[in-house]
Amino acid sequence: QLDSLLKKMEINVAEAEKRTGKNTMNMQETYTVYLIETRPAEAVPEGGTPATPDCLWRRYSEFELLRTYLLVTYPYIVVPPLPEKRAEFVWHKLSADNLDPDFVERRRVGLENFLLRVASHPVLSNDKIFFLFLTEEKGWREAVLETGFQDKVDSRLKSLSAMFRVKNPDKRFTDLKHYSDELSTVIAQLLRVRARVADRLYGVYKVHGNYGRIFSEWSAIEREMGDGLQSAGHHMDTYAASIDDILEEEEHYADQLKEYLFYADALRSVCKKHDLTQYESEMAAQDLASKKQQKEELATGTVRVFSLKGMTSKLFGQESQEQRESRLAALEQSIQEGEELLKDKNTECQEFVRTAWEDIERFKEQKDRDVREALISYAIMQISMCKKGIQVWSNAKECFNKM
Amino acid sequence: MSVGAPRGLASSGQKPITEILHPLSAADEPPLSPVPDVTVGGHNPSSGAADKDAGLTNGTPVETSSPASASSLFNRLQLDDEPDADAEAEADAHDPYASTETRDLFVTVDDPKKHVSTMETYITYRVSTKTTRIEFDLPEYSVRRRYQDFDWLRIKLEDSQPTHLIPPLPEKFVMKGVVDRFSEEFVETRMKALDKFLKRVADHPVLSFNPHLNAFLSAKDLNKRQGLALLTKVGESVKQVAGGYKLRARPAEFCAMGEYLDTFCQKLGTIDRIAQRILKEQTEYLTELREYGAVYSSWAGSEDELRRPLEGVAGSVSSCCGALEDLSENMSQDFLPVLREYVLYTDSMKNVLRKRDQSQAEYEGRLEAAVLRRQEDRTPVPVEVEKCQDKVECFNADLKADWERWQSNKRQDFKQLLTGMADKNIHYYEKCQAAWESLIALLQDKQTEDKTNETN
Repeated sequence: QLDSLLKKMEINVAEAEKRTGKNTMNMQETYTVYLIETRPAEAVPEGGTPATPDCLWRRYSEFELLRTYLLVTYPYIVVPPLPEKRAEFVWHKLSADNLDPDFVERRRVGLENFLLRVASHPVLSNDKIFFLFLTEEKGWREAVLETGFQDKVDSRLKSLSAMFRVKNPDKRFTDLKHYSDELSTVIAQLLRVRARVADRLYGVYKVHGNYGRIFSEWSAIEREMGDGLQSAGHHMDTYAASIDDILEEEEHYADQLKEYLFYADALRSVCKKHDLTQYESEMAAQDLASKKQQKEELATGTVRVFSLKGMTSKLFGQESQEQRESRLAALEQSIQEGEELLKDKNTECQEFVRTAWEDIERFKEQKDRDVREALISYAIMQISMCKKGIQVWSNAKECFNKM
Repeated sequence: MSVGAPRGLASSGQKPITEILHPLSAADEPPLSPVPDVTVGGHNPSSGAADKDAGLTNGTPVETSSPASASSLFNRLQLDDEPDADAEAEADAHDPYASTETRDLFVTVDDPKKHVSTMETYITYRVSTKTTRIEFDLPEYSVRRRYQDFDWLRIKLEDSQPTHLIPPLPEKFVMKGVVDRFSEEFVETRMKALDKFLKRVADHPVLSFNPHLNAFLSAKDLNKRQGLALLTKVGESVKQVAGGYKLRARPAEFCAMGEYLDTFCQKLGTIDRIAQRILKEQTEYLTELREYGAVYSSWAGSEDELRRPLEGVAGSVSSCCGALEDLSENMSQDFLPVLREYVLYTDSMKNVLRKRDQSQAEYEGRLEAAVLRRQEDRTPVPVEVEKCQDKVECFNADLKADWERWQSNKRQDFKQLLTGMADKNIHYYEKCQAAWESLIALLQDKQTEDKTNETN
């Protein structure tokens, strides 16, 4: 339906590799690079082999740069998030290490997911810098910097003050901001509790492993009961061991949740940018109004609003007609410019609202679809876990029956 | 305070009293007078069915001199009419410890009630008996007994049958303030243990004919005998100390028993610890799981399309919590108490072994003295020494029989206990699976609903 990049191109983040090198501070560091493979998406003829993909290596910081560029260049788009930089919400101490192979693997999947999301986005997929990211290993960094996007980065102070000073906030965006806060909070909570649940479940399963050992020891002193006990013990060992894979699989669900946790941030970004745009619009209008006021006062001679010029002329005598006229002319000019500016700002604002809302609707549908899919696959995981449990305990029961 | 009907304990297989028709009466007939030897009042399928379940405790064939044989023969005749005879034979074929002997004494402990008096508060239990034995005046009895009375019975049995293994009672003393003696759970657990105790005694071919048991089951009140309880307890400990003879060598088979009991006890203790640990982990898991479900509900509150799916997840999690609660409750109410009681049972067995050792030591001591005397002045070996020898041989025989019965009971009890544990876990997972499967149905329905909406 949409003419996105993904239609024309297959993208994979195929591998991850450790590298060591000197960083900007000339210190040795170890980092991971990821292999991006691209290939034209065309049907492979019968019996033919697919074309060899083009590939290049990128590290996480380059992905970050790409995303920052996209955020600044398309402020009205809910930009897909990157996978987390550091492992958080871990249920098991082991996975907190960034160099842990499981973490690296999950990050590889997350990076691929990011690229696929961008490549399938109706707007973002057409971006040249994105294309270069996938195809030009060297010189990409320079190309990004050349766009001068850093200049467009809004200072935090600016956007913060905008948030508080907007006079006529757009209700839809206020609601959206509120929603993104709620989403952020609730998913973070969910991830935290899920990690605790996983920890406890791990404990329950592993303690059952002790039954394996004790049944084995006990079976040694029994006559008829021995065999049954011994084999039941083995099933208890199997039960205890099964939790590792189960929880490993659940991490995938946690990653899906995390993606939307970070998506909530992206939503909030769009809202903040809207505030800024509207604030600028309002400022332009305010500015214009005050200039018009000044002109009126100058023309009629009444001073309603305090102005320094008015003050000084009171103190140091009225200005001459010429002076007034030249000032009037300057103001006229300023007002004209102001009106142009206001028109531009208003148009900008309207455009922003239109394009942002279009993307937000698209995002909402995507989110509803994705979350439902995630919940279904989570339920399937739970069912699988239950089936395994039933199997093991049925086996154990059979052994007990033979006692 | 009254608790509901007890679930059957893992016992040697007796049915609860209410399910057994009296062997000689139809459903609503009043209890008959003492049973004559020969009259057959019509066969009773359910008593046969009850026997079919058990078929294993009375392992040792009863000697013809035993009073049980007359009525057992009588009951065996009845069995020929029994439609389930095939089933019973099948059960026997599988269990080498089964005998074809039918049971003619059924006891049940249930219906706990609290009694409040000025002096004290205590619980009584209803003890119901149904029997065809001529040793009993009536075929049915229903009396109320408290723990003290069970304790009295046990002491009496130990004193009058020193060569036999007496089943254990649940712990007598509970720390006030730590355990609530009147909580539903405590009372139910204790009641099941008392029921088990009484059933084991009733199943025993020798103990069940003890006149003290008879009194316990039938007497209107045991109060007159209470006073003796304390005295007899003291007397018992004095007796144990006054033994004095040292055993030289315990025969190999009894050594093996002793070793087995020590190891077995140890293993039981470990299993108890493991089970408790599992309970603890499950409880903590449950706490987290509850909060987990609540977060999904909270999320649902801020969504439109996703509200139903998220509520669905919360609901499934909640169902799992319920299932887990049931599982944990089961472990603590049914599994652990039975396990603990077996430790007591093992201790009782060790006690009997010790008494056997003592009686052997006494015999050997006296024999030695008598032989020396005979060497000195040709005094013949006194009759007492021969009586001692008899006693030892009797003790050994009884002990071996009891041991076999104990082993057989143990096997059956643990089979039932562990199978029960497996079953409960299976049910837990089945409930959880159902909860998640219903969620998928809900979620996928929504999907197809949306798709059709889209195409419309």
